[in-house]
Amino acid sequence: MPDQLLFAMEVTLNGLMAGVLYALVALGFVLIFKASGIFNYAQGVMALFAAATLVGIMDGQVPFSHLINATLGTDLHHFGWHVPALLAILVTVVVMIVLAWLVQRLVMRHLVNQEPIILFMATIGLAYFLEGLSDLMWGSEIKTLDVGLPQGINETIDQITYDMFGYGFFIDNLDIVATVIAGILVIALMAFNQYTREGRALRAVADDHQAALSVGISLNFVWVLVWSLAGFVALVAGVMWGAKSGVQFSLSLIALKALPVLMLGGFTSIPGAIVGGLIIGVGEKLFEFLLGPALGGATENWFAYVLALVFLVFRPQGLFGEKIIERV
Amino acid sequence: MIYREAGDFSSTYVEDSQTFPIKFDRYRYYLVLAVAFLVVPFVINDYWANAILLPFLIYAIAAIGLNILTGYCGQVSLGTGGFMAVGAYACYKLMTAFPDVNIFFHVILSGLITAGVGVLFGLPSLRIKGFYLAVATLAAQFFLVWLFNRVPWFYNYSASGQISAPERTLFGIEVTGPNTEAWATYLFCLVFLTGSAIIARNLTRGTLGRTWMAIRDMDIAAEIIGVNPLRAKLTAFAISSFFVGISGALFFAVYLGAVEVGEAFGIQKSFLVLFMVIIGGLGSIFGSFAGAAFLVLLPVVLKVVGADMLGWPTDIVAHLQLLIVGGLIITFLILEPHGLAQLWRVAKEKLRLWPFPH
Repeated sequence: MPDQLLFAMEVTLNGLMAGVLYALVALGFVLIFKASGIFNYAQGVMALFAAATLVGIMDGQVPFSHLINATLGTDLHHFGWHVPALLAILVTVVVMIVLAWLVQRLVMRHLVNQEPIILFMATIGLAYFLEGLSDLMWGSEIKTLDVGLPQGINETIDQITYDMFGYGFFIDNLDIVATVIAGILVIALMAFNQYTREGRALRAVADDHQAALSVGISLNFVWVLVWSLAGFVALVAGVMWGAKSGVQFSLSLIALKALPVLMLGGFTSIPGAIVGGLIIGVGEKLFEFLLGPALGGATENWFAYVLALVFLVFRPQGLFGEKIIERV
Repeated sequence: MIYREAGDFSSTYVEDSQTFPIKFDRYRYYLVLAVAFLVVPFVINDYWANAILLPFLIYAIAAIGLNILTGYCGQVSLGTGGFMAVGAYACYKLMTAFPDVNIFFHVILSGLITAGVGVLFGLPSLRIKGFYLAVATLAAQFFLVWLFNRVPWFYNYSASGQISAPERTLFGIEVTGPNTEAWATYLFCLVFLTGSAIIARNLTRGTLGRTWMAIRDMDIAAEIIGVNPLRAKLTAFAISSFFVGISGALFFAVYLGAVEVGEAFGIQKSFLVLFMVIIGGLGSIFGSFAGAAFLVLLPVVLKVVGADMLGWPTDIVAHLQLLIVGGLIITFLILEPHGLAQLWRVAKEKLRLWPFPH
C-alpha cells in the first residue's frame, strides 16, 4: 500500500478519536438544549471548572488561596493531603450538582420565557463568571491532571498494523479510553432518557413545557437535573481533555469547537452530536493532512466552522435535527 | 421641570424632524460636542488618551456598528473581531501601497472594504438565523484571523508577521506612527466617532432603520408586509461592517500602531464588543457609547482600586475582572435587558415629571 494512503488512514483514525472528544462536549450542549431550549455556551468553561476543581481537590489546594493571601497577608497553599482520584471525582460531581442548582436558582429561573438569544448571552456571561471563579479558586497556571488513565502509544495496534502494512499506526491509549468512556456515557444517557422516570420527565419537558407542568412535572427539578447532567458530562470531558493536554484556558475553547459539531448534527439529537463530532474530527484532520501544507497550515482553526457554515446553507436544521417549522 | 417638551414649538418640518426634538436634549448634545472638541484636546495627556479616551472612542464606533446589526436588525454576530481585523489589514495595505493618499481616506476605504467582506459573510443569514447564524459568523472570525496570519501578502512579507503603521500626517500633524501627540490622535478618532454616530442615528430613524427593526421583530411577518429581507439583512451587514472596519483601522493605525492579528482581533474582541452592546443597550446608539465607556472604564477602575490601592497582584485583579464582567452581564440581562440606555430613558422620564410626579 502506498505511504500516503497509510498516513491518511492513520490521520482518519486519529480524527475519529478527536471527534469522539468533540462529541463528548457537544453532548452536554444537547442535553441542556433539549430540556430547556438554552444554548449553553458555558459548557466548555464548565469542563475547565470541573477539571480544575478535580485537580485542586486531589492536590488538597486551598480554594481562593491567592485572594486570601492577598487580603489577609497569610501564606496558604495546600491542606497537605492528597485525595485519591475516585473520591475526588465524587466530590467534584457534588460540586457540579451544587453549581447546577445555583445556576438554576440564581440565573435561569429569572430568565424563563426570555428570547433564546438572551439566554444564550446569559450563558456567555456565565462562562466569563465561571472562568474568573475557576482562576480565583484554583489559580490560572497550567495544571497536570492524572487520574490514572493509561497514556502513550498503544503498542498492540502499533504491532498489528506494522505486521499488516509494514507501518505502525500511532494511536494514543488515552484516546482509546476516551472513546470507550464516551461510548458508555452515550449509551447510559440514552438509556436514562428512554427508560427511567426522570428521563421521561425530561423528554416531556423538552416536548412542551406547559403540558409537562400541567401533568405535575416539576420544571425546576428537571432543569437542575439537566444542568447537573451537563455538569457531569463536562467533568468527563474535562478529565479527558485535561489528561490529554493539561488543565488550562484553552480547554474552554473546545466549547467553540463543539458548536459546529452541533450544527452538523442538529441541536436536538444525541446521535447527531456523536456523528457530527466524528465528521468534524475526521474532516479537519484529513483536510489539514491533504490541503494544510498547500494553504499554510493550522487550517484546524477554521475548517469546522466553514464546513458547518456551508452545510447549514443547504440543510438549516442539521443532519438529524427536527425540521424547523415557522409560523407567524 | 427642566426636561420637557411643553412650550417647544416647531414651525417647520425641518425643526420637527430633527435628531433631538426636545430643547434640553439638543443643548446637552451641543454641550457634549463642545466639551469633546474644544475642552478635552487642551487638557488631555498621554495616559488619559491611551488608557481611556482612545479605546473608548474606537470601541464606541465598533459598538455602534455591532448594534446596527444585532440591536436593530437582530442578527447576532460573533465575528466582530474578524471584521475589525479586515479593517486594520485593509488600512495597512492601503497605507503602504498608496503613501501619498491622505490617511483619512484610507480609513474610510478600509471601512468600505470591510463592508464588502461583511456582505459576503452575511449571505448565509438569508438561510439561517438565531444562534445558527452566530456560529456561522464564528466561521468569519476564525477564518479571517487565520487568513491574515498565514498569507504573507497581507503583512507585506514582514519577518515578524506583525503589521505596524507607518507615519502619516493630516494637515501636517502626525496622527499615526510613534511620534504622535495625544490631542491629535484623540481628535482624529473623535471626528470618526461623531460622523459614525450621526450617520447611524439618522439611518436608524429612517426607512432603512425601520426595515431592520421589522426584520428583527419578526422576519416572516416583515416579509409579508413587503420588507425585502435580502436587502434589509445585507444592508445591515454592510453598514455594520463599515463601522466595525473603521474602528479596526483606527484601532490598528492610531491606537496600537503595531498589531499581531490573533492577539488584537481574536474571539475575545468579538465578545467584548458584544458585551458593550448588551450592557449599553441593544437597539440604542446612546447605549453603544454607554456600553463602550463602561467596559473601557471597568478594568481601569478595577486596576486602580485592586492593584494600586489594595495592593493585590495583577493576575488576581484580572481574574476578578472576568468574574465581575460575567456577573454584570447576567445581572443586566435579568434586571434590565435593555441595558444602560434604558436606565437613561427612565431617568429622563423621571426628570420630565419632576417635581410633580403625578
